[in-house]
Amino acid sequence: MSGKKKKAVREQLTATVFLLPSLIGLVLFSLIPLVFSLFISLTDWNFLNGMGSWNFIGLENFLDMWTDEWFLASLKNTFIYTIVVVPIGLFLALIIAALIDSFISDRLANVLRVTMYMPKICNIVASAAIWIMLYSTYGPFTQLMRLLGWENPPHFLASYTWALPAIMLMSIWSGLGYHVFIYSAGMAGISRDLYEAAELDGAGAIQKFWYVTIPQLRPTTFFLMITGIIGSFKVFGSVNVMTQGGPGHSTYTLVYYIYKSAFSYYNMGYASAVAVILFLILLVVTLVQWKHNNGSSD
Amino acid sequence: MAKEQSKLKKKSPVPKIVWSILLILFALLMITPFLWMLSSSFKLERDVMKFPIEWIPSNPVLNNYKTVLHIGVKSKNYHFLLAYANSIKVSILATLTSVLSAMLAGYAFAKLKFKGSNVLFIIYLMQMMVPSQLTLIPRFVAFSELGLVNTHFSIIAPKIISVSATFMMRQAFMAVPEELRESAKMDGAGEWKTCWRIMVPQIRPTIGAMTTVAFLDNWNSYLDPLVFLSDWRLMTLPIALNQFVSEEGSKYGLISAACCLTVIPVFIVFLVGQKFFIKGLTVGAVKG
Repeated sequence: MSGKKKKAVREQLTATVFLLPSLIGLVLFSLIPLVFSLFISLTDWNFLNGMGSWNFIGLENFLDMWTDEWFLASLKNTFIYTIVVVPIGLFLALIIAALIDSFISDRLANVLRVTMYMPKICNIVASAAIWIMLYSTYGPFTQLMRLLGWENPPHFLASYTWALPAIMLMSIWSGLGYHVFIYSAGMAGISRDLYEAAELDGAGAIQKFWYVTIPQLRPTTFFLMITGIIGSFKVFGSVNVMTQGGPGHSTYTLVYYIYKSAFSYYNMGYASAVAVILFLILLVVTLVQWKHNNGSSD
Repeated sequence: MAKEQSKLKKKSPVPKIVWSILLILFALLMITPFLWMLSSSFKLERDVMKFPIEWIPSNPVLNNYKTVLHIGVKSKNYHFLLAYANSIKVSILATLTSVLSAMLAGYAFAKLKFKGSNVLFIIYLMQMMVPSQLTLIPRFVAFSELGLVNTHFSIIAPKIISVSATFMMRQAFMAVPEELRESAKMDGAGEWKTCWRIMVPQIRPTIGAMTTVAFLDNWNSYLDPLVFLSDWRLMTLPIALNQFVSEEGSKYGLISAACCLTVIPVFIVFLVGQKFFIKGLTVGAVKG
């Protein structure tokens, strides 16, 4: 009995040692910062005034932001970006993965997927820099548009209307290969029996895609959608390199606004409040995911 | 419907060939920006924007690379070779930190019985929801107060907590049969030795996959280094490139060369180690 108890104590100690590095990290870099963020978001703190020189202003930051046109623009742009980039990216990837799955031999399929994946492993600054050049007035993309009959294509990244879509196009390009990969892996997991059964029922390629592939891929689609939404809400790099939020605030996004407020103007209080809003949005998305996952595993 | 069915039965090779060609063209289109960048990097400035595009430069030059690498040119406030060294150092240390810490914690969650294990696990789960963008400001404040801004430490240290990596490790360890561990302990091995010698080798594929993915993440990391590193001598590649792009603005040949330098080695590593990458990417993504 006491030997067992001793063993339990020892195991407890061992576990503590194993968990220690991770726990220290959790407390220092996640829990304390979280609490500090929440606190700072209730103050008017400017970093330049130094530690401690903050006034508690309650929810003022959270009320003020709804009349702050830059915040509203950031929020709106982030939503538009997400609503456009995620579905289009997933849809394209699904079609491509399905085509690869049904028509392409395994070897070529792998080459194709790896090729399409390359934009994803390119660092965001290089991708953005390349697209800046492609989009420039005499850049290949703009020239291509001319060739396709667009008489006076704008300077895409300097246009109020076109800057955000231009960034979105780059993001879709950048993420497509990853989505294709995951969809292909999902398709590989679909039982061939289902297709054969569908064939016996007289289903053609389109019907099989619609009635077998898409429903079977629902978990994959859901996973990609959630991670896609979370990633989109954090969009920052492309904006910072390509447009710096401009022209005007036409490409401001939430994280870019947080970055600007915190590290250009040092308005840590206000920036934290915006970060809390981002946190709350992501929280809702994650909770939906959890609810869904728990529901489906029962 | 009948028409499609008959097509299937005949198994005509035509759709296969057509789709193969179309998809190859599409894949090429996807990497066209890189091909264009590669070709531009060897061009004189005036040739870069020529249209139709000269895919093979008519006057190929190495000047762009020489300038970017400071060969025979006076140093400005960026240095790509230095940035390479920084990126390699930071990525390796950050990856080791996160993978090792996740491995230990994952092992504890999967194999050790301890009080509070469930509560702790839930805390970990909740941490997953806290975006690093939210903790960025406090981290910056804390590191500046400690005089640690403009150190590589400020980027590496926070990697010690990686919840998703911990989960993957936990999953992997849970799949290792408990008998292995028991018999190792029968033979008198301590927990540490059991973990390191017996259990870790069992999940080597997961560790390999996670390490490659973590390394790539660290290599491409942008926001944190941008905030924490303003001294050009400490900059990692993306930040050095960022600096370069904002300074050299419209010198497209130069920028192309700089981009190539940061991107092509990663492509080579990716193509060589694609098996690991692909496994790492799909781990956790596809649930059975």
